[in-house]
Amino acid sequence: MRLRLADADEAVADVRSGSSVLVGGFGLAGQPVELIDALLRTDADDLTIISNNAGNGDTGLALLIAHDRVRKVICSFPRQVDSWHFDAAFRDGRLELEVVPQGTLAERIRAGGAGIGGFFTPTAYGTPLADGKEVRVIDGRGHVFETPIRADAAMIKAHLGDLAGNLVYRKTTRNFGPIMATAAETTIVQVSKVLPVGSLDPEMVVTPGIYTDVIVESA
Amino acid sequence: MKPTLDREALARLVAGDIPHGSYVNLGIGQPTQISDFLSPELQITLHTENGMLGMGPAATAEEIDPDLINAGKVAVTELPGAAYFHQADSFAIMRGGHLDIAVMGALQVSAGGDLANWHTGEPDAIPAVGGAMDLAVGARQTWVMMTLFTRSGKPKIVPQCSYPLTGEYCVTRVYSDHAVLLINDGVVTVRELFGISHAELESRLHGVRLSPAARHGRNA
Repeated sequence: MRLRLADADEAVADVRSGSSVLVGGFGLAGQPVELIDALLRTDADDLTIISNNAGNGDTGLALLIAHDRVRKVICSFPRQVDSWHFDAAFRDGRLELEVVPQGTLAERIRAGGAGIGGFFTPTAYGTPLADGKEVRVIDGRGHVFETPIRADAAMIKAHLGDLAGNLVYRKTTRNFGPIMATAAETTIVQVSKVLPVGSLDPEMVVTPGIYTDVIVESA
Repeated sequence: MKPTLDREALARLVAGDIPHGSYVNLGIGQPTQISDFLSPELQITLHTENGMLGMGPAATAEEIDPDLINAGKVAVTELPGAAYFHQADSFAIMRGGHLDIAVMGALQVSAGGDLANWHTGEPDAIPAVGGAMDLAVGARQTWVMMTLFTRSGKPKIVPQCSYPLTGEYCVTRVYSDHAVLLINDGVVTVRELFGISHAELESRLHGVRLSPAARHGRNA
């Protein structure tokens, strides 16, 4: 798909009810808040959200949950000091939770984007998070089989993008962006500035433009 | 008898045991304080699982940048030589055995080195694991830093963990206010005691077989 330059509302218009959405960020660092705000202005609900956390404070992902747009959250760390909207929705039984170790979550997304059908990891072996999963002893060590994650859409935040879709990130906002960009049917990226083609040093590009479908400038 | 260690003294003790040049991940909470006692001459590089090596101290005032945080979501700084990377790389650094030491807090540690630190197992508790399971099995050495007893006086070193496990057979050392314990093949060796006698420790950690303090060097 060729890169499309859009505003936030146009960018998220194709995210339908029942979609699965990878949402970048670790807490608020790297969370594409403007894209999530635009998604809130649509009527999409029954969403499955795959993200490291389950919202912080009264912004972004937390609001999506507060407005009952989310059916299920797949994440590593929902419970935080400022996750009151998730906590309330979960305790009321308004949403389903799948807890995945952070490194396993990252690798499942990476596998999804890389065409890998799953992998064995030592993480979670012998713990409740391995319950019901295939296990195998490899080189004397227990491993758990984990499946890839792909989604209908990815919404991520990068620092700079060019009109070829190439992306660079800023500091620890990189987190899930580069892997989520690879694992969705449509990858929607919010950047602080869109640059002309040729502006980014090819040696410094973190996400190559092939993964970017829609780019939104949001200062 | 040496006095019981307060949190600061304990952090200082752990910092002093980290070998020169190590790559280390300090868990959220009490272990974070260890970084206050790492002198630059030790050339220890801190990893934070949200995607950075070369993490510096907490940011203050105008240094605070919401794009630069640690795993506890606290604003931090970068040191010269720092590097950023995505989550799959960050956890490959752990599972791939590239990190020398992870220091974490714990709810319980078993005599066999099992770690429980992510979930109390209570029915209304919201489970949240983060990177704990990856760290527990990934670092070359997993050290635990905790109080030895709960507020109600129950031991946190136990024959078998009653809380859900984070990882099996992964903890090699426990640094606590009352004792430094080394765990190897199901044997718990007392390295140092603080404000408690060997006999009292043994009676309070019922069911855990303790080897006496080694008389030789600290890095046994």
